Amino acid sequence: MVQIADPGHGQEPPPGTQIAPNDARRREMTGLALFMARRIVALVLTVLVGVYMTIIIANVGGQVDDLRVIQIRADVSDAVRSDPGVAAADRLALIEAQVALEVERLGLDRPFVWRSLDYLRRAMLLDLGRAEQMSSDLGSRQVSAIITERLPATLLLFGTANVLVFVVSIVVALRLSRRYGSWLDRTIVALAPSSAAPGWFYGLFLILIFAFAWPLFPSGGMVAVPPPETALRYAMSVVHHMVLPVTAIFISSIFVSIYSWRTFFLIHSSEDHVEMARAKGLPDRMIEARYILRPTLPSIVTSFLLMLIGLWSGAIILEQVFNWPGLGTLLFQAIGFRDTPVIIGGVVIFAYLLALTVFLLDFLYAALDPRVRVATP
Amino acid sequence: MTAAALWARIRPYPSAVAGAAIILALVLISLVTIVAIPYGQAVVQWRGGDGAWRMNPVNASPVWTNRLAGGNAPRTLRITGDADAVQRAPFEGGLQLRLPLAFDFPHDDFPSELTLLLTLTGTERAAFVEPVWQRPDGTEIRLGARRITGADRIALSQDRALEGRLGDVPHVALFADADDRARVMPGRYTLLIEAVLFDEGADLEAELLAFGRVHGLAGTDHLRRDLMLALLWGTPVALAFGLIAALGTTVTTLVIAAVGVWFGGLVDAVIQRLTEITMILPILPVLVMVGTLYSTSIWLMLGVVVALGIFSASIKMYRAMLLPLRRAPYIEAARAYGASDMRIVIRYMIPPILPVLIPSFVTLIPTYVFLEASLAVLGLGDPVLPTWGKLLNDAQTQGALFNGFYYWVIAPAALLMLTGLGFALLGFALDRIFNPRLRST
Repeated sequence: MVQIADPGHGQEPPPGTQIAPNDARRREMTGLALFMARRIVALVLTVLVGVYMTIIIANVGGQVDDLRVIQIRADVSDAVRSDPGVAAADRLALIEAQVALEVERLGLDRPFVWRSLDYLRRAMLLDLGRAEQMSSDLGSRQVSAIITERLPATLLLFGTANVLVFVVSIVVALRLSRRYGSWLDRTIVALAPSSAAPGWFYGLFLILIFAFAWPLFPSGGMVAVPPPETALRYAMSVVHHMVLPVTAIFISSIFVSIYSWRTFFLIHSSEDHVEMARAKGLPDRMIEARYILRPTLPSIVTSFLLMLIGLWSGAIILEQVFNWPGLGTLLFQAIGFRDTPVIIGGVVIFAYLLALTVFLLDFLYAALDPRVRVATP
Repeated sequence: MTAAALWARIRPYPSAVAGAAIILALVLISLVTIVAIPYGQAVVQWRGGDGAWRMNPVNASPVWTNRLAGGNAPRTLRITGDADAVQRAPFEGGLQLRLPLAFDFPHDDFPSELTLLLTLTGTERAAFVEPVWQRPDGTEIRLGARRITGADRIALSQDRALEGRLGDVPHVALFADADDRARVMPGRYTLLIEAVLFDEGADLEAELLAFGRVHGLAGTDHLRRDLMLALLWGTPVALAFGLIAALGTTVTTLVIAAVGVWFGGLVDAVIQRLTEITMILPILPVLVMVGTLYSTSIWLMLGVVVALGIFSASIKMYRAMLLPLRRAPYIEAARAYGASDMRIVIRYMIPPILPVLIPSFVTLIPTYVFLEASLAVLGLGDPVLPTWGKLLNDAQTQGALFNGFYYWVIAPAALLMLTGLGFALLGFALDRIFNPRLRST
């Protein structure tokens, strides 16, 4: 569901904040800067705790480490046993030595607390370490290389879909709020419950219809195999592959989004100042731009970013269903390999993306709504 | 508000009535299912523990697709011979048997598999058996002699030598029209079993299984399991998961928000910070992580969902609603008579905002129903319980869409959709009922 935040709820400008007009601008800027600085510190702390919790969950009580030691032992034993050059008597000793070496290489011999703190420090600095099993398409074992390779795909898909949903829903909602009760309005209201299903769910049907029953679009992947040579054809192929996933996201969120915005605009367009503007005989376009959109801008921006937050986590399954080579698929593969550094790296990146979104939210909020930065204690 | 009064307010909204009807139907299905197929039995059956699916065809479509397509696809036929038709010719130290298994095959599609079940009784010695296939046009095909002891299951469809001889898989070649091999030759078929038994007291029983193309109301999967079981049992699981998760997260969140607002200060600050931390924890990745690293038990998942949902972003929303209540005169009055802090929170602060929350609570339920399905689709479904999501996952891993087994995807998806729709319809209508600002629209 789309949440529409009510800005400045319960935040009244404190009395006695009358400032001389000359100073006002400078003060406002320092106020904004101070506010942002405070928010950054708070967010860094938040990310710190969040990432540490991830590390703890990923490795409660060292169970995963035990599993990994067992795995190492099995691999090493296999390798040693299949080596005909090793005498049977030396095998056990060699296995032990190799296991110890491997355990030391992966740092499994140190207490978990220290390792977790080490993980934390490196995760916060985005030094995500080396993957244990996976490698990037270019062959790098660096977790950051693996992730940066996948990030653009996720950003491309979800960025496109979100912007599309957002713009279309605002424009349509504004229209509808002016003529509510029309058949189009009723249809949208009736269709709003369809958003109970997530995007991947509609994706299944879209694949069924447009990839198998009526093969217009590819059922998965990001680009044709083999990839086209020229840049233009490459882009065309990517767009072709994006149609179904973007449509899936679009269908799953558009109706409820329009519904919420329409209700929101309806409530706002019955405010006194809008009625006043209408009474003055201002054109509809101007009323929309100046009297409805401007005062509600903070809410609109907030909702957009909240929607982003919601969609980041929906990414995994949609990507999985459409075989889209993004962060979600990566995380899922990493979990299959039990590649702890990649899992933690992936969750850390998700956490950073979310934190960045929250930060942007705060920033835009403060920039758009002066009450926020003045009233923050 | 009593149920009757609530009903009176819901009735003018057809969508709410429709939603409530869907929910009621789902609840009824759940109750019937739980009573008819107890939990333990469902789990055992779904894992194929009691061999219940042996007689089912593989990947058969639901029976109703037959009607829809206008075709006449076969169901599973179990052909046992007529006891009178058996010809016995005893000889010194043995017995010669001719056992005809005759059946009509009027269908216009081939069976999906042919299996011959032979049971030899009254002897320890092996017997020679040669089945002969007699077609309606009078032609005969010898299916090859074999030696059997005790009970034997001869999978004719998997007989590579026979397939090589016939030029097609046996269950197609044996039924094919001589002129057009893609069509079935309708009529009366007989599988004549000629056997030589080396013991005078011995006897042979035979049963031919011609597995069908359609089965039951829901069809079967790649392991011969009847999908109906999963569709039925998926209902109570989905409802329970959705309801408990929604209840668990809303109630705890609401109480925590109220506590924060009432006590203020440090308590409030801690709650606010915890909320911000939970906001940046990506729920689904964390769930996937827990699922792969520990256990995919549906109850553990539920626990994690509730735990992560306790300090969810909605605390901020509830705070905004609760803040004005804190100074309300009736709360002053409660303090004056000496009500404890918890009493004020539970009895005086939470009830007034409940009506506003009920709609969002109702619309929250399907979110969790789909979350469970999402996890199952990722392969992190409960290891023992059959659920809708697991059906979708099986269908996906078996390439159901690619192979044209659409029913395998459509049935669970439709049920998921129906559940989502039911709760969403009711929730949206309740929203208009309880939030009067929206009612005029």
